[in-house]
Amino acid sequence: MRRSQILAIAVLAALFLAALLSAMTAENQSRQFREIPGARPSSAFPLGTDELGRDRLARLLFATRISLLLAPASALAATLLAALVGGVAGYFGGFWDRCTVRVIDLMLSLPWLFLLLAARALLPLNAPPIASLSMTYGLLALLGWAGPARVIRAGTRKLRESDFTLQALAQGCGRPRILWCHVIPNLKPLLLAQLWTTIPVFILAEANLGLLGLSASEPFPTWGNLLRDLQNPFSVRPEMFVPLAVIVVSVACFKLATPPQELPT
Amino acid sequence: MKRCLVLTALLGLLPAASQAAQTPSELRFCLTAEPKTFDPLLVDDGSSETVRYLTGGVLIRINRKTQQLNPELALSWNVDTQGRRITFRLRPNVKFSDGTPFSADDVAFTMQRLMDPETHSPTADTFRSSDAVPRIAVSSPVTVSVLFGAPVAGLERLFDQVAIMSAKSPRKIAAVLGPYVVAEYKPGTEVDLSKNPNYWKVDASGVRLPYIDRIRLEIQQNRDIELVKFRRGEIDLINSVDADTFDDLARLAPRSVLDAGVSLESEMMWFNQTAASPLAAYKQTWFRSTAFRRAVSEAINRADLCRVVYRGHARPAEGPISPANQFWFNASLKPHPFDVASARRRLESDGFRVRGGQLYDREGHQVEFSLITNAGNRNRERIASMIQQDLQAIGIHLNVVTLDFPSLIERIAKTFNYESCLLGLTNLDLDPSAQMNVWLSSASNHQWNPNQPAPATAWEAEIDKLMRAQASEVKAEIRKRYFDRVQQIVSEQAPFLYLVTKNSLTAISPDVQNSSPVALTPQAFWNIELLRKPVLTAGSR
Repeated sequence: MRRSQILAIAVLAALFLAALLSAMTAENQSRQFREIPGARPSSAFPLGTDELGRDRLARLLFATRISLLLAPASALAATLLAALVGGVAGYFGGFWDRCTVRVIDLMLSLPWLFLLLAARALLPLNAPPIASLSMTYGLLALLGWAGPARVIRAGTRKLRESDFTLQALAQGCGRPRILWCHVIPNLKPLLLAQLWTTIPVFILAEANLGLLGLSASEPFPTWGNLLRDLQNPFSVRPEMFVPLAVIVVSVACFKLATPPQELPT
Repeated sequence: MKRCLVLTALLGLLPAASQAAQTPSELRFCLTAEPKTFDPLLVDDGSSETVRYLTGGVLIRINRKTQQLNPELALSWNVDTQGRRITFRLRPNVKFSDGTPFSADDVAFTMQRLMDPETHSPTADTFRSSDAVPRIAVSSPVTVSVLFGAPVAGLERLFDQVAIMSAKSPRKIAAVLGPYVVAEYKPGTEVDLSKNPNYWKVDASGVRLPYIDRIRLEIQQNRDIELVKFRRGEIDLINSVDADTFDDLARLAPRSVLDAGVSLESEMMWFNQTAASPLAAYKQTWFRSTAFRRAVSEAINRADLCRVVYRGHARPAEGPISPANQFWFNASLKPHPFDVASARRRLESDGFRVRGGQLYDREGHQVEFSLITNAGNRNRERIASMIQQDLQAIGIHLNVVTLDFPSLIERIAKTFNYESCLLGLTNLDLDPSAQMNVWLSSASNHQWNPNQPAPATAWEAEIDKLMRAQASEVKAEIRKRYFDRVQQIVSEQAPFLYLVTKNSLTAISPDVQNSSPVALTPQAFWNIELLRKPVLTAGSR
């Protein structure tokens, strides 16, 4: 493992730990101290309060916990779906492969933001904020599998046509055994790389939705809706950049931590 | 030597002085969208309305400050006792911008075209009290009367929206009687207006108005860019700014902002009482209970909404009519008080009980409902969040849901699949007759329960009766009495929970003189003819 990967994973672990340890501030994240809206940083509120008097730090930590839990979970779901679709298409080829490629092309050409907006509008109105956010991430997984599926399909085809697969076939090895013993184990690095690549994509997708006010509903904070404080250029204060810094650092760390995708030939 | 120096200095000033004399003064501000039309009779959007206000000459103008009627192209007018006929005596010796003389024939032409169903004029709808075509009689070049098929409530005020067109000018709608004329339109970029050389108004010292030579209306949909342009001095005014921007600008340039006091804009919420909605029966029962609605209203801290969300630039709302509407506002109404104890009493009287901090109805259902509002409106999202915390005090769990606007409209106007909604209200027209489509139980904009075949409640039946009575009455005092009662019923029954009435906040450059922003549209440039802007040369700037 490269040194940069270790460092990135350490930073992510530290972030996640800090967010987990902040469990005691969970109530504070939504409590409105209406006498001190927009307060400057102080010992009581290290990042100050937002426009409704809520503790910015408590909200940032809460949002970090949510994003660092839900984004990887949703990326895992998308990668598994991609592995299933792309793996089967790549391994069996033929008609099924051609159909899958068309579906992947179609999925990649869809305007996902509009799809997300439309799907989100159909969600039940009385869903609790955590449920609605989980559904948003679920939708991201449903819409975000196509990119990884294309890579996994190509990787599977490559493995299917590799020398060791041909040798296994020549020695009388059955297709299920080849799949189970040769193809899937060798796909692991590719799947891991896809997982790590997809996480920051989903984090940024949620941030986009949050910036539009279409992520989790009030009073739930997410990284995306914390960025909305930066929209008014005249009222921006240094402490408002902290959520942005956390997102940038996290996304960069996920990119750095992505393992190499080499496949055996 | 000294004389030589003075001469040199004077010669040096000459080019600047001549440049100042030749450079026309220009006022710049933004339209938030492309004007859909330049035909004054087809105006149906804010940008076109701005162009019409700046270019159109009207017979009667509502003074945006005093809210009284001012004679413009009509020197005087008279409405008959039945409220069907209005007779105008016109101002003589007035010309259109292209030099065509103005006469009673132009008024007749405008009214005929306005009321022609083929024109599809949105302005005409306010005049249509019956299906009969109005009869227009020109008795002299300066006298014209219009006879409507049935009484039209507040008839003379409606002429504020009717820009007179020329019957004879070859330039058709381009010939105008207002202070400015459209000089150039660059689609997607700007609309340039230049001074009407034949405008009839002069100031007290006989100088022909308007003072400012040109107006550049930049088409800019992004309010943040508009704000940056204002800060850079690239535009001179922003007609309406939100409280956050107002305070930011006040901090950076205190002389550039003005709070003109209470406006016509309110924020309100309502519960879905539509019979056709797919809501559970027990929820429909809650929402139809006046005690429940009043309890929710009394649990909301409106003073906090004004202070926190609007930074003090708002006041708790009394009812459907803002105090900015000086004549029609019912001054006896007070905002619903913030009184949690009273809210609890109302709920108990209606069979609700609190157990473990949660409110339950008489059948044991936990009281929880959702409040939808449009995504992207920060103030509404903040209001919703504060209501959410306020309602916790009476054991109600509120789910706030932000939706994109088309989805929200789909739910409140088509599927009725929502529980409560938070939106804004702006009564641009001061007259209550313009609100018939809200208050009549059969109307489509009767938001809490639209399109009723017959009034669902006794109080809605009473509102129907009162609204119809005021619409067919001519005497303003009697109409006011009817509409005061409507406001009182609405306050008591709380089909709409009026939350706050916002202040009218404008940003206007200190370079612009004689500005006097008001609550009514167009706030910052209602007195456009009197605004002055000194021409600043590069050196002086």
